[in-house]
Amino acid sequence: MTQALVDADAWSKAVSATLKADETLLAVAETDLDAARRFAPGAVVLTTSRILSLALVDRRIRSVGQWPLRDGALSLTDHAGVSSLDWRVGDTLLVRWEFRLGLQPGAQALLEAWEHWRDGGEVLPLAHCRSCGVDVPVGVALCEDCAQDEKPPSSLTLLRLWRFARPYRSRLLLGFVLTMLATSATLVPPYLTKPLMDKLLIPYQNGQDLDRELVSLYMLGLLAAALVGWGLGWARTYVLARVSERIGADLRTATFEHLLNQSVSYFGAKRTGDLMARIGAETDRINVFLSLHLLDFATDVLMIGMTAVVLFSINHWLALVTLLPLPIIGYLIHAVRDRLRRGFERADRIWSEVTNVLADTIPGIRVVKAFAQEGREAERFRAANRHNLEINDRVNKVWSMFAPSVTLLTEIGLLVVWTFGIWQVSNDEITVGTLAAFIAYIGRFYTRLDSMSRIVSHTQKAAAGAKRIFDILDHQSNVPEPAEPRPLPPVEGRIQLHDVSFRYGNRQVIRHLNLDIKPGEMIGVVGHSGSGKSTLVNLVCRFHDPSEGSVRVDGIDVRELAVADYRRNIGLVLQEPFLFFGTIAENIAYGRPDATRAEIVAAARAANAHEFIMRLPHGYDSLVGERGQSLSGGERQRISIARALLIDPRILILDEATSSVDSTTEKAIQAALDNLVRGRTTIAIAHRLSTLRKADRLVVLDRGEMVETGTHDELMARRGAYYALHQAQARQAEALLEDGVVGGVALDGGAT
Amino acid sequence: MNAPAHAHWDLLRNPAGQWCLEVDGVLHERVVVARAFPISAPEGPVCVLDADGHELLWLEDPAALDERLHERVTAALTSREFTPVIEAILHISSLSTPSRWTVRTDRGITDLLLTGEEALQRVGGKSLLVADAAGVQYLIRDIPALDRASRKFLERFL
Repeated sequence: MTQALVDADAWSKAVSATLKADETLLAVAETDLDAARRFAPGAVVLTTSRILSLALVDRRIRSVGQWPLRDGALSLTDHAGVSSLDWRVGDTLLVRWEFRLGLQPGAQALLEAWEHWRDGGEVLPLAHCRSCGVDVPVGVALCEDCAQDEKPPSSLTLLRLWRFARPYRSRLLLGFVLTMLATSATLVPPYLTKPLMDKLLIPYQNGQDLDRELVSLYMLGLLAAALVGWGLGWARTYVLARVSERIGADLRTATFEHLLNQSVSYFGAKRTGDLMARIGAETDRINVFLSLHLLDFATDVLMIGMTAVVLFSINHWLALVTLLPLPIIGYLIHAVRDRLRRGFERADRIWSEVTNVLADTIPGIRVVKAFAQEGREAERFRAANRHNLEINDRVNKVWSMFAPSVTLLTEIGLLVVWTFGIWQVSNDEITVGTLAAFIAYIGRFYTRLDSMSRIVSHTQKAAAGAKRIFDILDHQSNVPEPAEPRPLPPVEGRIQLHDVSFRYGNRQVIRHLNLDIKPGEMIGVVGHSGSGKSTLVNLVCRFHDPSEGSVRVDGIDVRELAVADYRRNIGLVLQEPFLFFGTIAENIAYGRPDATRAEIVAAARAANAHEFIMRLPHGYDSLVGERGQSLSGGERQRISIARALLIDPRILILDEATSSVDSTTEKAIQAALDNLVRGRTTIAIAHRLSTLRKADRLVVLDRGEMVETGTHDELMARRGAYYALHQAQARQAEALLEDGVVGGVALDGGAT
Repeated sequence: MNAPAHAHWDLLRNPAGQWCLEVDGVLHERVVVARAFPISAPEGPVCVLDADGHELLWLEDPAALDERLHERVTAALTSREFTPVIEAILHISSLSTPSRWTVRTDRGITDLLLTGEEALQRVGGKSLLVADAAGVQYLIRDIPALDRASRKFLERFL
């Protein structure tokens, strides 16, 4: 293990000894790759006069190179998960250190320490890790080990459900007391076997008269026990099933609420089918477990405990023999438990594979049909199903052997009791009645053990489900709500991006972006796909938080504001407008459910949507499907514009709002957009440069960097990146016109 | 657009450590050399792009190059890519995520941190990409070819 070979602070210790008198250690950064990019621990050390390279040679820290600080320059870049720290003099690369992205914070700190020193700053002391105290470079809170070692969830995940059970604890206690009483009631009948045998049946067989009074007393006792047991059992199941149903519902709601607060990037990484299965099926499974299996198990444990007490009070030797198979069965359960859990976890995963095929295929049904790939999708489903069968067959192999084994042990246990009991009876140590009572008791006792063994699989299944639920619940949104959100005064609409960088996975999407947007200004963002345009608006909407730098609105960092408060001020019009199932009026009023009908109509008019809505048979009450199937792209778009207009936002984001429609429709949308833009701070993304003609300022992005900014005329005069984009589009438009195709031209189709 | 093929070209490295491509007497600085199918056909076609991401050269079969150029192309590729190939899983810290794996790769033994099941992605039939928390992607080229112990570990997550 690379981490274990060298302590984080061993590097600075090793180099401290070699420092000259007037030399001070500035920063140490660990590296984990050698020149051939093989894993090897090493470090870069920065002092006030040199930069050193350390490596592990024969398990000892050695200096493998050093360079004087003057004339040189440090730079840090990364690609595909590997960062490189370069030391150059002039144009010549003298040395390059490489390491995985996880070590980048250390290198970043070293770079900052170098810049600080170069600019004549004071020597800053080395900082310590906040968690374990080892030396870390200045500016890093936690050392690598502390930062990475998150705790995996323990196998006692089910206990965490207590958080949801707490509100119902008084009813749970009632249920428990009822369970105790019901169980006691069921223990009465076998107890009566003993006197029935010894006092009535055996004396009768030996020629004595039957004591009828005693018979009816015992029979009444049996009946009463059965009736009481029935009533209590009913009450107990009713109380506890109600409670568990509520716990399940709370769990489901909490999970969904938590899910809604996750950032957009979280949903990008998850599959819809999987999330749906978790919230739907898993919570239900936990629910059934709580209301049925756990309840049965608790009853069984109580019964076994009580039975054991009763058995010991009758005859402790026989009791001991009776209880002997218990640990053996316990061991068997334990041994199989692990394999079963593994199997069930796999079966679960395979099950989401099956639902994933559905979730992938159904929304994409038009593509599937257009390319005539029904057969392929069916085969994919069949394969997932077959996989599911295979896994379940394997699980069932273990499982099917398990239950009969328990039954076999039960029979053997009974055999032992019979044998030992008969021997004791023959020695006159116990009466026939005692033996009969024992057999009656353990008849129940062992059948309970059999059903108890089932709890293993139920518990494992529920625990696997709970783990998958808590996976969601434990996931902290990477767009966290501030602990004490600042109240947001009425927004003017100034947006400032200050040195913003954003990394998506190992890809740097936005680099050191600075942008100041005045209230009411309209900014057009252009660039090739992949240049970071959509990421830019995602940052402004706070769908992501920047990796570095800040986004400010009216001078307030958006991270200090409550997310919902802030977003209320943003109107968003997307390339693919999403309409929820419901009426058109409901869709327009999505952001402001309290809007009056007059306001809805006014918004629709301003969005040029009123007329086509009125042509629909049910007007504003027309139902639109999951994705508004019955409306055209342009019509859906105008509804989404009306939706944005209705909330009257100060900040407006147009993300390729017109790129998926033809140019006639675009005109209609454009007119609607012009109404929308008026007086609002607007950020508009468009491939089609012509749609940005109203923009006050254009920003040209290329690979996450702002390469140009200015008005259309200024940028055309500059003959830079914008000019090149413009010329390319003009050429394409011409070519298309020559081919007889009329319509708008996009550089390329996809959104970034 | 046809694949640009050139008879005369040379790949070299400037003192700043950047790769440069000389084609028909024109020197392109800071070029990027990339495999077209790094996982399904690592020995297959290679493409050279300029600093703006435009294609300069397409090499259908790099193995057919002369030894010197082949070496340089390989060097340029290795200076850019980093996908350690997992040969064996030696240890996993926990069966549920986050899970720290100790693996033996073609680049030596190392640790990686798996944050969720979605970090494991099947590529093609037998290969698996493992994305660790720090953004490095590890490749398992052929799952059935792993040793028994590694497959056992992997089974718990697939």
